[in-house]
Amino acid sequence: MTRRLAALAALLLATPASAETIAIVDARLMTMTGAGEISRGTIVIRDGRIAALGAGVPVPAGARIIDGRGGVVTPGFVQADSTLGAVEVSQVPTSADRATHSAAISAGFDISLGLNPDSILLPVSRLAGITHAVTTPLYDDQGGRRLQFAGQAAVIDLAQRPQMVTRPRAAMVLEMGEGGAERAGGARGSAIVELRTTLADVRHFAAHRAAYDRGEGRPQTLSRVDLEALVPVAEGRMPLIVKVDRASDIREMIAFAREERLRIIVDGAGEGWRVADEIAAAQVPVILDPLADLPRSFSELGATMDNAARLHAAGVTVVIKTGSGVAHRARELRYGAGNAVAWGLPHDAAVAAITINPARVFGVADRIGSLQAGRVADLVLWNGDPLEPLSQPQAVFVEGVEKPLTARPLELRDRYMPRP
Amino acid sequence: MKHAALVLLAATALAGCAASGRPQPAPVADTAPEIDRDPYPSTYRAPAGGRVALVGATVLTAAGEEIANGTVLIENGKIAAVGASLAVPEGYRTVDARGKWITPGVIDAHSHLGAWAQPESVEMHNDINELTDPNTAQVWVEHSVWPQDPGFDAAREAGVTTLMILPGSGNLFGGRTVTLKNVPSVTMQGMKFPGAPQGLKIACGENPKRVYGGRGRSPATRMGNVAGYRKAWIDAQDYARRRDKWEKDGRTGDAPKRDLQLETLAGVLKGDILVQNHCYRADEMANMIDISREFGFKIRTFHHANEAYKIAPLLAKEDICVATWASWWGYKMEVFDAIEENAALVHAAGGCAIIHSDDPIVIQRLNQEAAAALSAAWRAGIRISKADAVRWFTANPAKALGIADRVGTLEPGKNADIVLWSHDPFSIYARAEKVWIDGGIVFDRADARYRRHSDFLLGQPGETR
Repeated sequence: MTRRLAALAALLLATPASAETIAIVDARLMTMTGAGEISRGTIVIRDGRIAALGAGVPVPAGARIIDGRGGVVTPGFVQADSTLGAVEVSQVPTSADRATHSAAISAGFDISLGLNPDSILLPVSRLAGITHAVTTPLYDDQGGRRLQFAGQAAVIDLAQRPQMVTRPRAAMVLEMGEGGAERAGGARGSAIVELRTTLADVRHFAAHRAAYDRGEGRPQTLSRVDLEALVPVAEGRMPLIVKVDRASDIREMIAFAREERLRIIVDGAGEGWRVADEIAAAQVPVILDPLADLPRSFSELGATMDNAARLHAAGVTVVIKTGSGVAHRARELRYGAGNAVAWGLPHDAAVAAITINPARVFGVADRIGSLQAGRVADLVLWNGDPLEPLSQPQAVFVEGVEKPLTARPLELRDRYMPRP
Repeated sequence: MKHAALVLLAATALAGCAASGRPQPAPVADTAPEIDRDPYPSTYRAPAGGRVALVGATVLTAAGEEIANGTVLIENGKIAAVGASLAVPEGYRTVDARGKWITPGVIDAHSHLGAWAQPESVEMHNDINELTDPNTAQVWVEHSVWPQDPGFDAAREAGVTTLMILPGSGNLFGGRTVTLKNVPSVTMQGMKFPGAPQGLKIACGENPKRVYGGRGRSPATRMGNVAGYRKAWIDAQDYARRRDKWEKDGRTGDAPKRDLQLETLAGVLKGDILVQNHCYRADEMANMIDISREFGFKIRTFHHANEAYKIAPLLAKEDICVATWASWWGYKMEVFDAIEENAALVHAAGGCAIIHSDDPIVIQRLNQEAAAALSAAWRAGIRISKADAVRWFTANPAKALGIADRVGTLEPGKNADIVLWSHDPFSIYARAEKVWIDGGIVFDRADARYRRHSDFLLGQPGETR
């Protein structure tokens, strides 16, 4: 079959899986549920949902069979701390909607608005088994580190469809530590006081909206949209992603969150291993890049490759990411997870750290992140260990739809590859 | 005579005393002084070499072979023999390598370690771009290298034994490169690879025009870039001609005044300094090849070169290496068309493909980056063996750096730069367990004394880990 025909066939496969029954047979199923791993299992997908899965599940008559050939099925991977859907070329500002420098819109920045489902980065990431991303605002610091909050993150899917937002406003983003200190005038103590003041303002605003709108509220430093956006954070309904690395900063923010009754997620946590027990006791999840093993700043002097393994061993919910605000290099997510395994994280914990853990932390575990009957089919069939570079996906289902294994870089490859 | 004196000094000086005790050139009344071609000489000393036999591993020689149950014999710092089930002669210390893998030491053709040292967020540690003029061919990046960069330790623990440090890409001519052995040292000279040629960093494309265009001066465009290169080469030809004439005329009269910038460029024209050219786009690489023909020099390597796959046969014909990544793309326009198969397509065209890092994290996993490139090749149906792909981070960068006669493969007579891996190095789970440079062990994961040499980390959090 020529490559062109193969591409055409792939396109046909991309039509919605509704009204079709598909059976993936002879694969190891990493369910990420209490069922654990099922060796040599079958998954039946009907109308875009998982109808059944297990070792002895019969293949329904008329089902299209995908032969797993002893490969592995995982839930689709979730790239946390990503800017997928919000950037095309990093250094072309007009192609990017990752950050704002509007003084009136800090916490109010809602990245779920204005995302681009046609981004060519989405299929590239799918080829690495990623089906969802937590698209997370970055700070636009071109005028200096002025804004307190970066904005609100959203969970998106990579199906390239107009309704790409799985969960808008899933978390608020705040940088503390070194960066937060600079935003608040140059010192950590200033940043913490500022945050406390902001929360007091937000609570006052929430209790006196009518007065505020009549112009009778007490003076506020934040705009109305920022105040409004922070109400669910102050009430503990929306998690606050706190970017910190230094052990003391992590400890400080855990105490702060306890006092202020906030739900926080620690992002970065370069020295997290040093306070692993405290993080675990506070039940604070951690998002980390397992490859961040260098003292890149004075907040990361204790950075090490075994951060993920140690945090996991202490009982912390670990979410693995690659880089910060990653988009083009999102495809390296599984390599980061693999390296964490090489440095002591159990393999199933590493897969959990890029599937069910981010799904839970960002409130979408009822939809994605695990293989369960009744759930939408959001999964990847691999021809080997999914964390190995030498493995490749053989089939990718995003939110019930099988997507073709194509992307613009592969088209470029085929244009220039010598013909035999 | 001068040279003999230097060699003698090199043989007796202690590592770490590089800057002291240099002999003063004897004052000569009637002739101009010689130009010292090696004014900052290497003080690297190969460790005392015992006889070691690594037995039972799968050996990727980077000379084309994958040897099961292989034995590697090291003697006097050199590879003595490599083969399957070799008998271990008397007097060799045996290292049990069964179930493990062996490759040559990893060589990174593109690093900024030391010159942009950790903590990298600290501006005082960023010494790679002399952004004061688009032509700074006069600067030598070795004078920016801080040997205490903790990144050297991390790279060594990942199997990197040799690396070329380049100036940044903000200038058309960024300066001279330096090739280092990745050994702990207090001085740069103590790391300097003896006899390795220097390179000249040249940059194409967006970076120089962005830096200088942003200041309202040339180059502000790609055509401005090319005009800048051409002017510099014209000046260099003129300089070389004047110096050659003075030499030919028996060194009579005043010697033309030395010019460090033109001396570097003239060194390229003479073939002593290798051109290491940061260049992404296929069309720009073709322009650079034409410029090299116009002025009569060779380009040794295109770095990054993410569109090399579009002109792979041309690059193979010109014998220009391509140092690239598998996974990096899209951060700017000139890298929008990057594909994971770049290295594989260069390789398949008969070219010299290299996986490089340009990054203190990626340098710790060049084997994994090569695995991603190899995986993309297999996905495309391009048949490349691991025995061949291992060359992307060993033999081929050795060629690009001009040191392939000494390192890069496991062949008798080569320096014994070796990595013992826990697994197949194309697996994500492989970690370097032991690393040798010139037959001396420089890293052993089982022995804490070989970790974290950097003074910077002493007494810091994590040190007691």
